[in-house]
Amino acid sequence: MSTATVETPPQDAVPAASHLITVTFRLRRFNPEVSAEAAWVDYPLEIDPKERVLDALHKIKWEIDGTLTFRRSCAHGICGSDAMRINGRNRLACKTLIKDINPEKPITVEPIKGLAVLKDLVVDMEPFFQAYRDVMPFLITTGNEPTRERLQSPEDRERFDDTTKCILCAACTTSCPVFWNDGQYFGPAAIVNAHRFIFDSRDEGGEQRLEILNEKDGVWRCRTTFNCTDACPRGIEVTKAIQEVKRALITRRF
Amino acid sequence: MQIHKYDTVIVGAGGAGMRAAIESTKRSRTAVLTKLYPTRSHTGAAQGGMAAALANVEEDNWEWHTFDTVKGGDYLVDQDAAEILAKEAIDSVLDLEKMGLPFNRTPEGRIDQRRFGGHTRNHGEAAVRRSCYASDRTGHMILQTLYQACVKEGVEFFNEFYVLDLLLNEVDGVKRASGVVAYELATGEIHVFQAKAIVFASGGTGKFFKVSSNAHTLTGDGQALVYRRGLPLEDMEFFQFHPTGIWRMGILLTEGARGEGGILRNKDGERFMERYAPTIKDLAPRDMVSRAIYTEIREGRGCGPDGDHVMLDLTHLPPEQLDAKLPDITEFARTYLGIEPYTDPIPIQPTAHYAMGGIPTNVKGEVLLDNTTVIPGLYAAGEVACVSVHGANRLGTNSLLDINVFGRRAGIAAAEYAAKHDYVELPERPESLVVELIEGLREGAGTERASDIRGALQLTMDTNAMVYRTEQTLKQAVEDIAELKRRYKNVSVQDKGRRYNTDLLEAVELGNLLDLAEVLAVSALARKESRGGHYREDYPTRDDVNFMRHTMAYREVGDDGTESIRLDYKPVVQTRYQPMERKY
Ligand SMILES: Cc1cc2nc3c(=O)[nH]c(=O)nc-3n(C[C@H](O)[C@H](O)[C@H](O)COP(=O)(O)OP(=O)(O)OC[C@H]3O[C@@H](n4cnc5c(N)ncnc54)[C@H](O)[C@@H]3O)c2cc1C
Ligand code: SF4
Ligand code: FES
Repeated sequence: MSTATVETPPQDAVPAASHLITVTFRLRRFNPEVSAEAAWVDYPLEIDPKERVLDALHKIKWEIDGTLTFRRSCAHGICGSDAMRINGRNRLACKTLIKDINPEKPITVEPIKGLAVLKDLVVDMEPFFQAYRDVMPFLITTGNEPTRERLQSPEDRERFDDTTKCILCAACTTSCPVFWNDGQYFGPAAIVNAHRFIFDSRDEGGEQRLEILNEKDGVWRCRTTFNCTDACPRGIEVTKAIQEVKRALITRRF
Repeated sequence: MQIHKYDTVIVGAGGAGMRAAIESTKRSRTAVLTKLYPTRSHTGAAQGGMAAALANVEEDNWEWHTFDTVKGGDYLVDQDAAEILAKEAIDSVLDLEKMGLPFNRTPEGRIDQRRFGGHTRNHGEAAVRRSCYASDRTGHMILQTLYQACVKEGVEFFNEFYVLDLLLNEVDGVKRASGVVAYELATGEIHVFQAKAIVFASGGTGKFFKVSSNAHTLTGDGQALVYRRGLPLEDMEFFQFHPTGIWRMGILLTEGARGEGGILRNKDGERFMERYAPTIKDLAPRDMVSRAIYTEIREGRGCGPDGDHVMLDLTHLPPEQLDAKLPDITEFARTYLGIEPYTDPIPIQPTAHYAMGGIPTNVKGEVLLDNTTVIPGLYAAGEVACVSVHGANRLGTNSLLDINVFGRRAGIAAAEYAAKHDYVELPERPESLVVELIEGLREGAGTERASDIRGALQLTMDTNAMVYRTEQTLKQAVEDIAELKRRYKNVSVQDKGRRYNTDLLEAVELGNLLDLAEVLAVSALARKESRGGHYREDYPTRDDVNFMRHTMAYREVGDDGTESIRLDYKPVVQTRYQPMERKY
């Protein structure tokens, strides 16, 4: 086993230099401590196109400008920290490979829309989480608890499987034109999470949640533009879930 | 600076922190401080499952589970703790189900269970179905369900608050915890939280390795800050390398893939695990499989032009089974490698995964000051802690279990302690250490970049302190880390602002990684034997005469300010199982 000394440059998970291409990242920068105006700044990088957009942001932060600010944690599409608008579409930076978004032209990266920008790519997530909490996203049951588990058939479990996958990244809600125009709208993510419980055979809070979603800022604001479904990095059929909630409101069957 | 007062303060909102918070909020005024939004915690990345001898699909019982845990941990496990873990597993899975966790179900509607490495029937006869799971998203479901339960319970969170110091004070000659100091990311403001009871649940420290399944944010903050306050760290040399990380990236592909029938193959297509663990083959414990992979690679049977990886083969499994049981990991292969797992094997290599060591606690979650004395009011649970239920090697699915069992215990114990005790007075200028640290980095005129030092640290750790270790490699690591610590004194950050200064916090996190890497390397150098996840090529066998004991590492500061590490040892609690040779 070989030994290393600290002088050796870090050996990255990158293949030989010949795989590198030059890509320009055009980032929307904003820091109210410095200037009240946001601005586009270009960063040309030598990078392997098989790397993630998140790797490129790290390269900029770690090698060029430490003030670049964004959220991230898991780096593989599971924690929901790094939803951003990449080439005009909401995506997770850690789940988007450079080669998949045409590196020939400058790649634009800006914060998700409809939530206040606090610094660079960081937005205020509080209104988003508040809408989530407002739909009572927890199991509601009555009566005595069983000693063992509640039974649920595989078919009943399957009924709400799709909406259990949500990682609360906000890509859907912040791609929704209704949400952009009216921040009061619950937005798709909250409805997805209400769906997750309304269609869970163990839950008894469906009526209460449906009343909340029936209000003026609820599901009826949805105009079925499908932006949310296209944006969801977990492949959740968001629009379908919203439609199912609407139908349940009409039929009161779920 | 702001001062807050709570009965109980919990540091961290992953599985352990939120499980604790649900209990302590019912019983005491509780604040949860977390550097990430709760649902961003790395518990959400766990895939395979949570162990419990429910016996829903075949015969099983908690005693077999205890035995497997002890044997899997190469007998360094404290057996009283392992017994609690296995017994309380059953209720902790049922509790999660009652909170709403959508487990996969059997045709009868019960919680389904599947096989996982090292979990066996009747003391090693054959693999047993013990892992309760929700597809390959068990951790995601646990994290979401616990957060949902916290919303229901009205748990009070302080999101994006980085805890950077623990406040201790002596009362009548007894060291007691009086609070923590936190840095608010949004504003740069310092907050002191005075509390009667404090629970550390701040997770792992895998980011000192380059190839790692851990999130960027797993930087061992909790371990490092208590260590700096003179408290010991236990068994830090035991770090788990998971056999199946995506080649070069380290992203985890769950052991559940092998539980579902996946096979590891070398460049000749051979199912090489048949040679290393004839009975349970690909489902041998992780330390053994990781070593087997590196042996194949070193002996020239690795795949690819550089022969530096092996293959995880799922191609013989029906696509419907992959879609139903392993949807996320098959998607990782498609997204990050452009590989279709229905038809092509996936290149993998061992990836740094889990810290068996951490802050020593007893089975109530109380933190130890030395081998026997507890610090009243201070608790730890989850990956940050060392109870020790995992010993020298954790079995898969035992950590999601650990965070639930011991998170719950710590939450209850902390709240009950808070109900019976008063506040301990804060030390004078409680914020001073944190202010010094932050301002030192912000104002520093040094020329070093944190990212360069972190890269060099990860390189030396991957090269010298991974699956195979020797005296020579570990000495190299110790030397390299010492040099990096010297360079770290000269670090400065580019972002001098107060608002969302992640540049600054990354530099703080690096300081934590450096201290913990040093403890790992020094502890490993002193352990001249091979046991579980710690393998010394120069001492290839287990040595129960000299090393059947836990390492306890203390930070010492000399009169002239020089720092050093003092190693001490703690006996292992053995109850029913005598050490045997570990064969599978
Ligand atoms: C990819 C992967 C797959 C896994 N799969 C399994 C599995 O199938 N089964 C199993 O049993 N185990 C599995 N594990 C292990 C298990 O998931 C973890 O050990 C466990 O989830 C850790 O939980 P935790 O609550 O201790 O920490 P985490 O979930 O990591 O939470 C840590 C919390 O602490 C907070 N925090 C950290 N530092 C600070 C600070 N300075 N100030 C304030 N807050 C702070 C963070 O914000 C976070 O909320 C897996 C691990 C990984 C990485
Ligand atoms: S539904 Fe999809 S896009 Fe919306 S928050 Fe959940 S994971 Fe993100
Ligand atoms: S960093 Fe976790 S989803 Fe991208």
